[in-house]
Amino acid sequence: MSDTREQEFLEYVQGGGQVETHDWMPEEYRKRLIKFVEMHANSELMGVLPERDWILRAPTLQRKLALTAKIQDEVGHAQLIYRVVEDLGKPRDDCLDDLLSGRSKFHNVFHYPTRTWGDVGVIAWLVDAAAIISQKALLKCSYGPYARIMKRICWEESFHVLHGRDVVLALVNGTDLQRELVQEALDRWWVPLMMFHGTPLPAEDDPMLHWRIKSQANEGARQQFLEGYVPQVRELGLTLPDPKLRRREDGTWEYTEPDWDELMSVVSGHGPASAERLAFRRLSRAEVDWVSRVVLAEAA
Amino acid sequence: MPDRIYEVFRMERKGQPLQHAGSFHAPDDRFAEAYAREFYARRHESAALWVVPRSAVTTIEDFGDELDTSYRRVDGYSLKVRLREARRRVAEGG
Amino acid sequence: MSARADLLLELADDELILGWRDSEWTGIAPFLEEDVAFSSIAQNEIGHARALYELAAAELGTTADELAFDRAPDEYRCAPLVELRRLEWARTIARHWLYETADAIRLEALKGCDDIELAGLAAKIDREELYHRMHAEMWVDRLLGSDEGRAKLDEALVELWPYALGVLDDDLRPELVRRVEDRLGRTMPAAEPVRRGDHVAELRELLEEMTSVRRSAPGAEW
Repeated sequence: MSDTREQEFLEYVQGGGQVETHDWMPEEYRKRLIKFVEMHANSELMGVLPERDWILRAPTLQRKLALTAKIQDEVGHAQLIYRVVEDLGKPRDDCLDDLLSGRSKFHNVFHYPTRTWGDVGVIAWLVDAAAIISQKALLKCSYGPYARIMKRICWEESFHVLHGRDVVLALVNGTDLQRELVQEALDRWWVPLMMFHGTPLPAEDDPMLHWRIKSQANEGARQQFLEGYVPQVRELGLTLPDPKLRRREDGTWEYTEPDWDELMSVVSGHGPASAERLAFRRLSRAEVDWVSRVVLAEAA
Repeated sequence: MPDRIYEVFRMERKGQPLQHAGSFHAPDDRFAEAYAREFYARRHESAALWVVPRSAVTTIEDFGDELDTSYRRVDGYSLKVRLREARRRVAEGG
Repeated sequence: MSARADLLLELADDELILGWRDSEWTGIAPFLEEDVAFSSIAQNEIGHARALYELAAAELGTTADELAFDRAPDEYRCAPLVELRRLEWARTIARHWLYETADAIRLEALKGCDDIELAGLAAKIDREELYHRMHAEMWVDRLLGSDEGRAKLDEALVELWPYALGVLDDDLRPELVRRVEDRLGRTMPAAEPVRRGDHVAELRELLEEMTSVRRSAPGAEW
C-alpha cells in the first residue's frame, strides 16, 4: 500500500509535478529534501563571512554600498531558505545548532580564506555565477516552496555577478598591482570553483535527481559554467591555472580532475578556514543570544 | 528567536494581483512592517505589500468532488447533441 | 574652508562613520530578519554621507570619495558617538536611537535654512531617516518591555549619554535632552558632552582599516 503510494509520488515528481508543504511525501524524500535545503541555507549564511571582512575595507563609497548590499542579500537568502526548512519541520535554531557543532555541512567555497580585494571581485563574479547555474536548475525543483523562492534568489544573484565583474574589470584596467590582485585571486579560487558543482556523479546514481529535487547533473552544471565563463575570463587577458583546460570540438570542456577527496575533507569541516569561521559564528551567536530571549519573553 | 511568523503578499506592479512572496519571523506587527519593507521593497520591487500573521490565515486544501457537480462547470454542458437535434427539426419543418 | 563646507563635512562624517560602524553588524546581527533591516540602515547612512560629500566636493573642487577616504584622521569632524566600534546590541540600539533623535533635531533646523540646496537635501535625507527613527523606536519599546531588556538599555543609555550630547551644538542640545527625557520619563544624569574634535582612538583604527585597500594603489580606479 505505502509502496504504491511512494511509487505514485515518484512518478508524479519525475513527471514534473510539484509538492506543497502539507502534501504527503515519502520519509526518504523529506529527509533528503531537508538535508539539501538546509545545506543551501547554511551555505548562504556561512558565505557571508568570507566577504564580510571587506565591507570595512571597500575602497570607494560605491563599492562599499554594493558589497554591503550583496552580503545583505545573502543574509536574506539564508532567511528565505531556512524558512523552507522550518516549514518542513526543522526549526532555524536547530539548524544553527547543527551547523555550529559540525553536524551539518556548508558549501566548499566558503571554507577558504579571503586575502585581498581581488577575492571580492572573483567571488562575486565567479562563485556567484556558479551558484546561479545551480540555483536556476532548482527553479524546477519538485518541492514548490523551494522552487518559488529560487526565482527571487537568482534575480538577486544576477546583481552580484554584475558587481563582481565590474570590480574585476576595474582591476584589470588598473595598475599592474591591481591586475595582479585579480590574477592571484583567480589562481587560488580556480580549484574550489572546479569543485563547486560536486563530483561527476552519473545522473542515474544521483538521488537528488531521482526525486527531482535537482534537475541538472553535477557535470552538466560544471560544463555550463566552463562554457559560459572561461571565455569571459580569458578575454580579459587573465589565465586559468589548469594546463589541461580546453574545449573539445564537440563542445565539451576537458580539465584536470580535481582531488575529490579534498572536496570531501573540506566540506566535512577540514578546509583552511572552516574552524575559524565556525568559531566566529559561535561567538557572534553567543553575544546576541540574550536578544532573542528578551524579544521572545515579551512577545510570548 | 522571535516567535511569530508573518506571511507577505506582494503586488509587483499596480494593477497586478497580490501574490504570496514569503514569510519571516517578527516579534510584533511593527517589526513585521519594518522587515517587510526591507525584505520585499528595498529594490523598489513592490507596489504594495500585505503583511499578515500566519495565525490569521486559514488554509483549506481539501476540496472533495465525490458526487457529480459538473453542472457548475463548462464541461457539464454538452450542447452539441441537442443543437444537432434542434437544427434537424428546423430543417425538416421548413 | 567656508562655514558651509565645514557644516557639510560635519554632517557627512557623522553619517559615514556611523554607517561604517553599523555595517559591522551585516552578517552577524541578532537574527536574520534584523540583519537585513539593520544593513539597510547602514547603507542609507552611507548614501546620505555620499550626497553630503558631493555638495561639499562641488565647493571644494574634489570628489565625494576623496573626502570620505583621503583625509587625515584629524580632519574628520564626526562626533565621538559614531566612532565607537561595534557595540553590543543594547548599546547599538541606544546609539542608534540617541543619534536618530539628535539627527532629527538637526535636520528639522536644516530643512528650514536659507541654503536651498542644503535644505532640499536635508528634506530628502529626513524622509529616509523617518524609517530609521521608526526602527529605533520599535527596538527601544521592545527592550523597555522586559526587565532584562530595560536594564541593558538603561545602562547603555547612561553610558552613551555624554557622547550623545556631543552630537549637537549648544543651541540645539537642550532640545535633545528634552526629547530623550520625555520619551524615557526620567531625568538623564548631568554630563559633560564628549565634543566633536575629541576623536576616540577607535576612529584612527577604523580609518586605517577603511582606507587599507585604497591606499594600496593610490589614485587608482577601483
